[in-house]
Amino acid sequence: MIAFDYHKPSRLAEAVALLAGAETRPLAGGMTLLPTIKNRLASPAALVDLSGLPGMTVIQEGAGVVTLGALARHADVAGSALVQARLPALARLAGSIGDPAVRHRGTIGGSLANNDPAADYPAAVLALGAVIVTDRREIAADDFFRGLFETALGPDEIVTAVRFPLPRRAAYAKLRSPASRYPLIGVFVAETAAGVRVAMTGAGHGVLRVAEFEQALAKSFAPEAVSGLRLSAAGFASDIHAEAAYRAHLASVMAARAVAEALA
Amino acid sequence: MGAINGVGAAPLRKEDLRFLTGRGNYVADIKRPNMAFGVFLRSPHAHARLNGIDAKAALAAPGALAVLTGEDVAADGLGSLPCGWGIVGKDGQPMKEPPFPLMAQGKVRFVGDIVAFVIADTLDEARAAAELVEVDYEPLPAVVGVLDAIAPGAPQLFDEAPGNLCCDWALGDEAATEAAFAKAAHVAKLSLTNNRLIGNPMEPRAALAEYNPGTGHYTLHSTSQFPHVVRWLMSALVLKIPEQKVRVVAPDVGGGFGVKQFLYGEEAIITWAARKVGVPVKWVAERQEGFVSDRHGRDHVTEAELALDETGKFLGFRVHTLANMGGYLSTFGPNIPTNLYAPLLSGVYTTPAIYCNVKVVFTNTVPVDAYRGAGRPEATFLVERIVDVAAAEMGIDCVELRRRNMIPASAFPYQTPVLVEYDSGDPVACLDKAQENADVAGFAARKAASAANGKLRGLGYSTYVEACGLAPSRMAGRLGARGGLYESATVRVHPTGQITVLIGTHNHGQGHETTFAQIVSERLGVPFDSVDVVYGDTDRVQFGMGTYGSRSLVVGGSALNKASDKVIVKGKKIAAHLLEAGERDIEFEAGVFSVAGTDRRKTFAEIAGAAYVPHDYPLEVLEPGLEEQAYYDPVNFTYPGGAHICEVEIDPDTGVVKIERYTGVDDVGTVINPMIVEGQLHGGVVQGIGQALCEAAVYDVETGQLVSGSLMDYCMPRADTSPRMDVSTHSTPCAHTPLGVKGCGEVGTIGSPAAVMNAVVDALAHLGVTHVDMPATPNRIWRVIQNATLPRAAE
Repeated sequence: MIAFDYHKPSRLAEAVALLAGAETRPLAGGMTLLPTIKNRLASPAALVDLSGLPGMTVIQEGAGVVTLGALARHADVAGSALVQARLPALARLAGSIGDPAVRHRGTIGGSLANNDPAADYPAAVLALGAVIVTDRREIAADDFFRGLFETALGPDEIVTAVRFPLPRRAAYAKLRSPASRYPLIGVFVAETAAGVRVAMTGAGHGVLRVAEFEQALAKSFAPEAVSGLRLSAAGFASDIHAEAAYRAHLASVMAARAVAEALA
Repeated sequence: MGAINGVGAAPLRKEDLRFLTGRGNYVADIKRPNMAFGVFLRSPHAHARLNGIDAKAALAAPGALAVLTGEDVAADGLGSLPCGWGIVGKDGQPMKEPPFPLMAQGKVRFVGDIVAFVIADTLDEARAAAELVEVDYEPLPAVVGVLDAIAPGAPQLFDEAPGNLCCDWALGDEAATEAAFAKAAHVAKLSLTNNRLIGNPMEPRAALAEYNPGTGHYTLHSTSQFPHVVRWLMSALVLKIPEQKVRVVAPDVGGGFGVKQFLYGEEAIITWAARKVGVPVKWVAERQEGFVSDRHGRDHVTEAELALDETGKFLGFRVHTLANMGGYLSTFGPNIPTNLYAPLLSGVYTTPAIYCNVKVVFTNTVPVDAYRGAGRPEATFLVERIVDVAAAEMGIDCVELRRRNMIPASAFPYQTPVLVEYDSGDPVACLDKAQENADVAGFAARKAASAANGKLRGLGYSTYVEACGLAPSRMAGRLGARGGLYESATVRVHPTGQITVLIGTHNHGQGHETTFAQIVSERLGVPFDSVDVVYGDTDRVQFGMGTYGSRSLVVGGSALNKASDKVIVKGKKIAAHLLEAGERDIEFEAGVFSVAGTDRRKTFAEIAGAAYVPHDYPLEVLEPGLEEQAYYDPVNFTYPGGAHICEVEIDPDTGVVKIERYTGVDDVGTVINPMIVEGQLHGGVVQGIGQALCEAAVYDVETGQLVSGSLMDYCMPRADTSPRMDVSTHSTPCAHTPLGVKGCGEVGTIGSPAAVMNAVVDALAHLGVTHVDMPATPNRIWRVIQNATLPRAAE
């Protein structure tokens, strides 16, 4: 590993100030950043470890909203009685990310800030219309994700929490790549106060909402409403794990399975 | 006094205490004072001219000790990596054998080809320095697939191998096979690819080399399956230093599967480098480095035809295979798709005429060599797939077709038309038992239940035989082997009657310390706990050819049995003296020497004591001490086989294949430790399932980059997707090994891919699917269903 400076601030303002330094990166669970550094694909001059910041791991409920601190680990979300009771689809999603080691280190804030095109959390955040809270503002999920590994975050901006409005019902279905265990396609469906929202991960170009599915499910929230819909393969990536047409097909299958689960 | 655990007992494995409690001693664990670290700089290009290397900046980097390149190799007059087999083409011409230099000379030929070795005080410094080495590459067009490689106008790897052809090889009677096809009532045809695999043992390769200028001795610790062969080839042919001045130690090794049974350039380079830099040098491969430098396996493209008469009797089998060798010839490379492939094409059947032509082809990929099964899985997959194709085309049940053509137990020994003579076996009994264990009778009901859930269920068979226990040296020599394939063992009886076995095989997961101790416990009647097994060190063990080809028990165990015999013979001489009886009157039974028909007796420990305190001892005619050594060269291969039955359920919506049941009945000859055999079968089957369902080394055809170059992209089978397995044995003892053993290390990997894929095709047969290439990934299955010729309504 290439040498770097390490900071562990105990105040948010201090962390933000440190991130203004050249080649400085925030460190949450480190499940992407640390392997990247170890493989010499990134060589930051300094890391700012966020784990010393207060209040960042809370999981709490208030006024129809569940709030997760940005450093809530996947295993904690999966195991939270509160999340299991109020947002079971999110608890199950968190419990299905990666492997046990990743789930005990990785955080929701880190996953969202990284915005891997095959990550699970972005699908839930986008479909549920969550709000991403940072050190300086609140960002609606629809404005947060900007394609491959890109978000609305500024270089020194820190996610502090994510607020999930509670849906009427919701569920997530995915087919994992047998090798990486990332979703080949994951579809999160939610019946929310703002209508049906469907978000898809794994298509290749970053998490996105699927208007075709949303319109169909708005008319009839039933698996049959989407199982016959065929999305154009043009919107999907092809790689050695899945051709675009297969991913497009899986989108319908996973959407239908998610709807069935939401209704179960 | 501890228990005797002999043949058929299942004591827990002696080696597991240290492995399960973190007390193993692997190469990466070993440290030396002043140890430096090396990093191999590897080609990022599949094919390029190497115009120059500028190491000035790297040498100036902090901690840098040396940057060694192909120029240094040439300047020191080092040899290239030898190929252990020289096969001969059907035109009588020897294979094309371009040199495999330790480090690239003028050209790189695959992504991962070694360009330089960078040594520094610490690993981080070595990595940093390696990034500063400037290499002037002139990229050339690359070719990665065999069909492309033999096409006119393809990029050429070697001037001396026109058309990228290493050898155009054949086995069998072509004219007799043509005649068989001329009278056939039906000809089944099958084109397939056998997917390229990467072994990925849990422990990456690693090496640590030291040079002692006071004695002129070198010590290499390496993750090797055959340290004596590494020493022999490396000292004699590459480094050109006296063999006795080199010690090669392969300590605990975390899995091999063939990947570690070759002489690698890294081993020779690091040994040479340790002397040049004057301090011990260590290298441990990264996982991704292993992907582009561990020898790969399989990678065939084959067209085959099976001729049958109107009753389904096989008349002839004709096979044309293109085998990928990669960028250079590795230690066993050309032997695998030829001698370990074509002789298995008779399978368990009485096919009277077989002809197999193999074109061995160079490409810009990692060299291809043996991987668990090595040639025999490729043969078995082909035979067992085309039998199913023929059955479907002729409207004969695939099991019935197999039974009509199987070699009956009464016909053993059975001479096939492709060189080998099966000494023993009973394929019909294995099939009978497997069908019973697999509850084949209940399959129709299970299929209907799956259909009710929208799932497709299929049943697949593989009735197979393999050739292992490598190998009879004389026969191997006729086939092109440049070395012998015997094994050696020493039984060292200590003065107290405790025993150390020194054996030339290598244990890297197989449980040898247990199995070999059981043999000695049984033969000498000593407690199992009294026997320790030593291997993997050329300074401790007399000699050995190592572990591969399911040979350790067959060849090494036979040597050990023979050495035990010699101990008994000498013990009887000592006992005869002490008991004042004739040597012929001494009996040896359960650890006691006695005079026949009397109560006069001496225990094994008493005899050992007398041998080392020879006060009352026939010194005039007998040497003191009790230590015997034996070499054993087998008279034939062994031929384990069996019947595997796989039941899969396919989700047509996703293409996911789930193995619902897996049943194997294997004939591995006499079973020494049934628990270890079961474990070997489980592991072998899982590796075969890996090939069938998920593993594939994928190269980009334009750039020659290995696209599946990490565990994120190359799918290994995992515990959570592996089925429960019902494996058992039906043994017919081997007719020519003294213990009756046949070997069990590879059978699972050889028998299973065809069983899985035949089940997959069976599940899809109603759609008109007749073949699916491996691996049967979800995407591939979905695509096959989309392209199916028959309407899905047939479901």
